[in-house]
Amino acid sequence: MSTTFDLATTPLREVNAALHVEGLAGEYVVENPRGAHNVAVGLDAPVTVTIRGHVGYYAAGMNQRADVTIEGNAGTGVAENMMSGTVHVTGNASQSAGATGRGGLLVVDGDAAARCGISLKGLDIVVGGSIGHMSAFMAQRGRLVVRGDAGDALGDSIYEARLYVRGSVRSLGADCVAKEMRPEHREELAGLLKAACYEDDDPADYTRYGSARTLYHFHSDNTY
Amino acid sequence: MCGIVGLHLRNPELHARLGELLTGMLCEMEDRGADSAGIAVYGDDGWSPAGLATISLVDLAAPAAEVAAALGAALHTEVSARAVGDVLLASAAGTPEALLAAARACYPHVLVGGFGNDVAVLKGVGSPRALAQQWGLAEATGWQGVGHTRMATESAVTSSGAHPYAVGPDQCLVHNGSFANHATIRRDLRAAGIEFDSENDTEVGARFVARALAAGADVATALTDLTTTFDGFYTLLVSNRDSFAVVRDAIACKPAVIAETDDWVAMASEYRALASLPGVERARIWEPEPEVVYAWTRSPQAAEVAA
Repeated sequence: MSTTFDLATTPLREVNAALHVEGLAGEYVVENPRGAHNVAVGLDAPVTVTIRGHVGYYAAGMNQRADVTIEGNAGTGVAENMMSGTVHVTGNASQSAGATGRGGLLVVDGDAAARCGISLKGLDIVVGGSIGHMSAFMAQRGRLVVRGDAGDALGDSIYEARLYVRGSVRSLGADCVAKEMRPEHREELAGLLKAACYEDDDPADYTRYGSARTLYHFHSDNTY
Repeated sequence: MCGIVGLHLRNPELHARLGELLTGMLCEMEDRGADSAGIAVYGDDGWSPAGLATISLVDLAAPAAEVAAALGAALHTEVSARAVGDVLLASAAGTPEALLAAARACYPHVLVGGFGNDVAVLKGVGSPRALAQQWGLAEATGWQGVGHTRMATESAVTSSGAHPYAVGPDQCLVHNGSFANHATIRRDLRAAGIEFDSENDTEVGARFVARALAAGADVATALTDLTTTFDGFYTLLVSNRDSFAVVRDAIACKPAVIAETDDWVAMASEYRALASLPGVERARIWEPEPEVVYAWTRSPQAAEVAA
């Protein structure tokens, strides 16, 4: 038995407040989001939330423990700074998907636009399609899996996040390099693909990218 | 911020609803900035009567009959004028350029909102909701409409700082973002003899495009040239009487969503502005790629039907 909120008749703040009640459990459905911002942000309960339609900015941001499914496209910053739980976008995601995310799993079945996983801090992101330019910029920790292609400047100034891309990479950002796929990486990738329900993919088709670590220390040649 | 909306109708059955749909789109973007707003409507027979040239004179503060008489005397032809909010729309037989020249001669300091054969441009200071109501936008008809709601970041909140910038015949440009090198390009354009109405960065983009189109370039070429000449942040919606085009800068941090069905092409800063369009649930929806020019052309058949 699930509880349904209709955003056509219930104000967003009431819906979010109802999802913030202490001790919340169960299944919730949000209908008619019509591109609204901040839908189902700040959840911190082991609940299932299904949003039926396209959402605007920051949907499911700061998520903890909840499993959120967006049946449609998501605007800027979906699941930004999420801590745990899962967020699943069945359509495409706009720029900065999963920005600064610290934990949990974000799955985008379609494409994610520019700056996907910017400043990633521990979240895992699996993108079914392709990602835009400047993705994983300054990504510190976590994994980003891309079943399609990556745009320009992938992983610019990256720290210790690991990137797996199956398709082409238009260009790599500063200090981001292709790296060897060792057995532990194939195993890690297989686990991420399985968690995102893409277990038929062959990890051998993917290339790993990460930091060359040349920017970690001051280098006098880089001064002006 | 700033909000942009645009609607290019392919299905003539929807022409009667253009104003209603555009009003809904524009008002939905109100919280992206509401210090001033503007619209361009293509094909409203009341605002820009078919077969006549029309010019939009913003904040002229003169009675319509007096303006019609002055322009008529200058052009030696009959001129009709009507007030739509604080904008006067004047129409006359002849070319849009002749009408523009007459308006400049009679009212040297007037702000020209736009001019052409098919377009009416309305803009001013205020919230889009209040302005749309003042203009009666919901009742407008036509095949194409563009709207902008502004949050000023780099020049004054005045009618001359409001978008659209419609500086070439039947052309219109709206912008979300800011050009970084507009002063340099304005200087070059001024040196080439082009005059400006404001210190606004967007006007430089509009004058640049108008100059390229006047020199014979198509809109895709003009916008590609713009991407290599202008630095800064921009999502632009550029329309003409028979075209509708979108382009974003290389960084693409200013939002844009395009939706397309057999009945229409629509563009907005955010999806929620498109959420009420008829048939949107079946639309192909995507975000324009950086530095890719997306352009749609009105089919010649559609143009004939409207003419």
